[in-house]
Amino acid sequence: MNYWPLLGVAVIVVGFALRFNAVPVVVVAALVSGLLSGLSVPDLLALLGNSFVSQRMLLLFVLTLPAIGLLERAGLREHAQRWMARLQNLTLARLLVGYLLLRQLLATMGLTGVAGAAQTVRPLLAPMGEAAAQKILPRLDQGDREELRAVAAATDNIGRFFGEDVFIALGAVLLIQGFYTQHGIELSPLAIALWALPTAVAAFIIQSVRIWLYQRRLQRRAASIERDA
Amino acid sequence: MLRIEHAYWLIAAFLLYSGWRNLRDGHRWHAAFWIVLGLLFGAGDFILAQSAAGHALPAQIAGIGVIALACLAPRLRRQAHPENRTAEQRLQSAIALGHRLFGPALLIPLVTLLVALFGGYLVIGHFALFAKSQMTLTGLALACVIALLAAARVARTPVLEGVAEGRRLLDAIGWAALLPLLLAALGQVFTRSGVGAAIAEIATDFLPTGNATAALAVFALGMVLFTVIMGNAFAAFPVMMAGIGLPLLIHQHGAHPAILGAMGMLCGYCGTLLTPMAADFNLVPAALLELRNPYGVIKAQAWSAVWIFASTFTMMWLLVFR
Repeated sequence: MNYWPLLGVAVIVVGFALRFNAVPVVVVAALVSGLLSGLSVPDLLALLGNSFVSQRMLLLFVLTLPAIGLLERAGLREHAQRWMARLQNLTLARLLVGYLLLRQLLATMGLTGVAGAAQTVRPLLAPMGEAAAQKILPRLDQGDREELRAVAAATDNIGRFFGEDVFIALGAVLLIQGFYTQHGIELSPLAIALWALPTAVAAFIIQSVRIWLYQRRLQRRAASIERDA
Repeated sequence: MLRIEHAYWLIAAFLLYSGWRNLRDGHRWHAAFWIVLGLLFGAGDFILAQSAAGHALPAQIAGIGVIALACLAPRLRRQAHPENRTAEQRLQSAIALGHRLFGPALLIPLVTLLVALFGGYLVIGHFALFAKSQMTLTGLALACVIALLAAARVARTPVLEGVAEGRRLLDAIGWAALLPLLLAALGQVFTRSGVGAAIAEIATDFLPTGNATAALAVFALGMVLFTVIMGNAFAAFPVMMAGIGLPLLIHQHGAHPAILGAMGMLCGYCGTLLTPMAADFNLVPAALLELRNPYGVIKAQAWSAVWIFASTFTMMWLLVFR
């Protein structure tokens, strides 16, 4: 067994830990691992080029930018905030938990591309969340706003991840089934997808509780500011 | 017929436009970065077709292009262009346009949803409107175009204004946009170089696996750790299954394959929430949302990941050896 290619992993760990620019770190790691595994330079270049262009779907989100940019210029975020401020019963926790549920249900049906950081979080969920947080704590500073946006993005990720595994025709389930078929164990996709349900429920409960705790933290800060005033 | 390749050409056109605009503004490094990337996107189909036919040269040139991007990336300063409208102007526009602004924004998820659900039925004679593979993503690309046209109509501005705004956002995201592709490519290089097999060998050689619970813990934590390193649970799964799951847990300790597979994969998903290597979920959103800390999203979801892992592992341990 050739252990030298593991140095590529070390390049990644050191590079990320020292906060170097991630792009060259990743490329250097690929070159190190490839060369130490004995690939020739032409083969390695071809492998790098082919792997890169075969992953082009990962840049698809940039196509949302013109429409979102134009709408933001026309005041989309300001409108989302003003509208949110008028909805008395929609608290921050209800907004985020509602979004989590919707995102998870859509992913359960295999519709993961429908929502996301570019499609829904930046133009809609984040500004609405900021307005909802402002109803609790009127003077949000820059750090608070960034934390709120991060929580919104995290909620989006968790909803997607722990919904998509329940969908039978999507990558994860088919990968598991394919692996077992290769090794002589026959399973139906449904039998696998069913066992993702307990975690889907657990993930929903855990993230909902954390959202609620986050809201309570804001409320407590608001209360203590009021007491001091 | 609309295919995912059309979306790639659209991206290539947008990237080349961004490069050209940066060139005109005198930002040479930004211009070079987006133009190289745009060329890689535009030529992607040709490169893959030539590789499949046994001609490696285009792919090798693409490989050099990737290295060129790596050299250019540190030179891009995250210079957010000044917004060309004041907050006051945007607020006035928001008041004037009201809920009409939501329309185009909601069109993106809505059109994607419709194409994903019904795209397969749109057949005129023998002519299918959408290609079967990657239909949802093709739908997303179409939805973006429709939303842009609708947004231009609602805001009464030319469509090109939207493309210019998009370029402003793209420059603000900068090189972070590239990371998901690079990390996916790195995953493939790692697989070809035998990194996964080497880690699995070390894990099985040095860790206690005689006891069923200990073996299960090694398997679950291995899924998390391996996903953190590779940035993707799909890369970790076959390695951990072949190393520990199948020989030890299923064959020796009689674990239930469906439960082990499904819940083991979900342990890996918890790792995805923790790693900068999963750039498309963790670093790109941080850049899109203009967080100063690139690890802000990971920080926000880390404890969720820990608790979800703990509950999944407990359920797996209770159920898998029934």
